[in-house]
Amino acid sequence: MKTVDTRGLSCPEPVLLVRKAIMEGEYPFVVLVDDATPYENIRRYATNNGHKFEVVEEDGEYKFTFTE
Amino acid sequence: MKKKNLIAVIVTGVLVGFAGVFLMIKGNPGNMGFCIACFLRDIAGALKLHTAPVVQYARPEVIGIIFGSFLISLITREFRARGGSSPLTRFFLGFMVMIGALVFLGCPLRMVLRMAAGDLNAWIALIGFVIGVFIGTLFLRNGFSLGRTYAKNPLEGAIVPVLQIPLFIMLLVASPLLAFSEKGPGSMHANIWLALILSLAVGVIGQRSRICMAGGFRDVFMIKEFHLFWGNIAILVVALVYNLINSSFKLSIAGQPIAHDEWLWNILGMLIVGLGSVLLGGCPMRQLILAGTGNTDSGIAVLGLVAGAAFAHNFGLASGGVSIVDGVRTGGTTANGRIAAIVCIVVMLIIGFAYSKKAAKSK
Repeated sequence: MKTVDTRGLSCPEPVLLVRKAIMEGEYPFVVLVDDATPYENIRRYATNNGHKFEVVEEDGEYKFTFTE
Repeated sequence: MKKKNLIAVIVTGVLVGFAGVFLMIKGNPGNMGFCIACFLRDIAGALKLHTAPVVQYARPEVIGIIFGSFLISLITREFRARGGSSPLTRFFLGFMVMIGALVFLGCPLRMVLRMAAGDLNAWIALIGFVIGVFIGTLFLRNGFSLGRTYAKNPLEGAIVPVLQIPLFIMLLVASPLLAFSEKGPGSMHANIWLALILSLAVGVIGQRSRICMAGGFRDVFMIKEFHLFWGNIAILVVALVYNLINSSFKLSIAGQPIAHDEWLWNILGMLIVGLGSVLLGGCPMRQLILAGTGNTDSGIAVLGLVAGAAFAHNFGLASGGVSIVDGVRTGGTTANGRIAAIVCIVVMLIIGFAYSKKAAKSK
């Protein structure tokens, strides 16, 4: 499964990488996030644009799985 | 979550807009209730990094924003020491953002506060700010990245926030180690505790809402997301209404406090600030807030802003507010400042291209 690793990147780079992955359309794919701000940005962007995802948090890091 | 975040951004904007006018009424300089660039410049002066006698004061507003963000990030466990994303480049981007801000005479926050007080020069400067942000988004679209941050020792992340404590104590006891302006903008200030409490609140809620003056426009351009932009609008509307109520609204180009009317340099100054803020990942206020959360790259950018302010005054780059006494006009931009502004734009474009190429290659 394709993984988009946004850990350590400044805003808005994480949400731009997610947008790029969505546009490429290779579902499902995983997004790794290690900060609350990009987590919120990605979540908001995906929700606003009607994309389906699941997210789990572990030790302050977030793992999104985008399914469509 | 969407609504909760939006409300937090708007509440931050309302608080900043209110404090921006209230602190001016309570003693801060004209249309400068809050200005991150001006206040970091005043702190550089208080520390005698420059010796311009009219702009030396350890502003508690900066101390409060950094420390408020530090406290809330400790409480919410968002404090995380991290850094290592091209720190020297970030230092110089901060340095140049400050030069742009001092050519215009204000950071994006003061630009909005000036707009809300009827200063048409700030409305003209907004054009430059928006163009600068837009150019920054073009670099981001082309893969611009200063690289990843990595986890650091917690002490590294705590250095900038904790340093605010001795600075505040020195301010409180009027330490002779600090310089205090006796006239000019540096001598004008609100009560220390009032300024501290309000700015602590801005630091706390600003950290929660992630408000960013450059991010507001950037996200509209890049992902058609208006979330942060509403924060900018809230600052403008609240400060405008408060100025109208307070009779401190004056629609004009001439006669505005601590401002000049050289439209080209107002535009170019804020273009530098807009472009630099996008390349840094946030405006000067956002850099303070991020520094409070343990982001040492933002801490470096803040030090760059301070160093830029010191150089701007030591080398005659900073503009002065225009005043006309007995028909003699003083103030405005300086030749050195105009040259420095052009150099900053060229250097920022080089940085933008250099890091875009690097990002493209590494993919």
